Amino acid sequence: MEKFIELTAIAAPLLRINIDTDAIIPSRELKRVSKKGLGTGLFAGWRYTELGSRIENPDFILNQPPYRDAGILLSGANFGCGSSREHAVWSLAEWGIRAIIAPSFGAIFYSNCVRNGILPVILDDERIATLADIVSANPAENRIAIDLEQQTVVAVDGGTDTFDITPADRRMLMEGLDPIAVTMQRDDEILAFQARDRLKRPWVYL
Amino acid sequence: MGRTIIEKLWDAHSVADLGDGSHLLYIDRVMFHERTGSIALKGLEAAGRKVRNPEQVFGCMDHIVDTIPGRTDETMVPGGNAFITTTRDAAQKAGVNLFDLGDDRQGIVHVVSPEQGIVLPGVTLVCPDSHTCTQGAVGALAWGIGSTEAEHAMATKTLVVKKPKTMRVRFDGQPGLGITAKDLILRLIGEYTAAGGGGYAIEFAGEAIRAMPMEARFTLCNMAVEFGAWTGIIAPDECTYAYCDGRPFAPKAHVWEQALAHWKTLPSDADAVFDKEIVIDCADIVPQVTWGTSPQHETGIDGVVPDPANEPDANRRQSIERALEYMDLTPGTPLEGLPIDSAFIGSCTNARLSDLRAAGAIVKGRKVAAGVKAIVVPGSSQVKLAAEAEGLDAVFTEAGFEWRESGCSMCFFAGGENLGQEKRAVSSTNRNFENRQGPRTRTHLASPAMVAAAAIAGHLTDVRKLEQS
Repeated sequence: MEKFIELTAIAAPLLRINIDTDAIIPSRELKRVSKKGLGTGLFAGWRYTELGSRIENPDFILNQPPYRDAGILLSGANFGCGSSREHAVWSLAEWGIRAIIAPSFGAIFYSNCVRNGILPVILDDERIATLADIVSANPAENRIAIDLEQQTVVAVDGGTDTFDITPADRRMLMEGLDPIAVTMQRDDEILAFQARDRLKRPWVYL
Repeated sequence: MGRTIIEKLWDAHSVADLGDGSHLLYIDRVMFHERTGSIALKGLEAAGRKVRNPEQVFGCMDHIVDTIPGRTDETMVPGGNAFITTTRDAAQKAGVNLFDLGDDRQGIVHVVSPEQGIVLPGVTLVCPDSHTCTQGAVGALAWGIGSTEAEHAMATKTLVVKKPKTMRVRFDGQPGLGITAKDLILRLIGEYTAAGGGGYAIEFAGEAIRAMPMEARFTLCNMAVEFGAWTGIIAPDECTYAYCDGRPFAPKAHVWEQALAHWKTLPSDADAVFDKEIVIDCADIVPQVTWGTSPQHETGIDGVVPDPANEPDANRRQSIERALEYMDLTPGTPLEGLPIDSAFIGSCTNARLSDLRAAGAIVKGRKVAAGVKAIVVPGSSQVKLAAEAEGLDAVFTEAGFEWRESGCSMCFFAGGENLGQEKRAVSSTNRNFENRQGPRTRTHLASPAMVAAAAIAGHLTDVRKLEQS
């Protein structure tokens, strides 16, 4: 997994609430049994003019020149709600998004981000609106800087915000860890738990 | 201090406290389907990892398969065939259970699991599908995950999970005649928004829940994720035990009493404290229907399309304006009487036998309105067989409905069948998102009986009027 330590990037404001994973990548774009090749399906319903076409809708923010190189998304509450499809995260990552700043996230989407090198940052509505104003004034220059070690978001107005993340999630992102390998270090504990539990709840063990 | 059912299940499955608010939780059951499970199984295989307890892993073909009678591995979904064959091959190699096409246990994963006794009170169950919360209705801790976490759960029998806050939603009073679990959960989401349950595991409790049959409890828990919750759960009671008894994977005679004694310790203690409590009064709830593109965009069938000008919050106002444009609706329009083009009864929310009976009771002896496309897709092959045994298939087909094989079908548009561009659909499903049921399809969510009533009338209507006629 790609490590996330710090990032300074163009941020694209997409300030809608409840952006669901069907919007991030529609079902019809999940054509192969693969985590790859999903970048072109990102926001397909909004990004292209017609169903199934690849003709870009010039009104959609990620089609506009400075934002085509965005690495950060600014969004409204409940980003990534809906379907569990991890394809949403894979498509964002492949397109080039490395961090998403929103007031809240869908729970499954949040976990999926952390396991794929994307940093989900929770800031309040008001600050996100301010950040959107700052970047909109000059998208290419007014980049946002995120430091995961310090847990800070810095904007060109000099404002610094701190954000919360669990130490386990932070470590996984910063070290690009394989979560299965990390858990298997506790394999003895898992097997001991299973042996005890089997006696307590034999009916669970088919 | 007493513990909530959520804390009891959490403590019983905690292998290790990781010290930062997250625990390594033991996972009793993993389920999967061909869209996301295929990727998880392939991922494990590519990494050279094995499924730890394959006998406790179960898969269903539901998301990609066609529902047209006589179906095969070929599907109208572009590239869909590969999902089906990859899942079959990978499941066989891994040695996990699979309810494949042609198996009479096949169906939508969240309908099949309780039906087969795979989910039980007190277990932890995960599935790479957001509606896994459905299965919390039997008193299990069941939640949706991504494909990468599914690999983790299958390889290690555990997941690292941040301990959620706890909420109790109490449904007080008795709902009136014709008011269903779907109406209750839509009302909750309408009142407290689609993000209202964010960060919480929710126990649904109260008088209305205790009186609710098992199948309705699944409907209620199904939409916990639409409320933004991590998951929902209902404490097991006599209704739950009776439901589980005799199911294929449920405890057999020699351990049944032992299991039952354990299950009876699970309900929240009387002095348990939740981080948040919400009370909904059921007595005043009328049949609910959505008008917009989020489940929170809902009102009673006696209501009107809202005016965004009356919404003080800027974000919500913008979301209403966008929704009205997508739905082609103007503020003040009554929902009663809104003409529809299609009616869909199906999904893990509302396609169990009792749902089909409720819809069938409305449809019987009547005809689908001219020009309306009406479809019934049973939640599982078992539901289909049971419905056919009591003649429900004939009730629907004689009225002009299509009667299908089981699967997720048009709950979402995967590139194959859909409910039509800019067509207005009324649907017993769970998501009215933009483009969810087809490109620019305009979805109104409602209970199965309300969908049936709209199919007959040709427009949204209060089912209680039809029942009285």
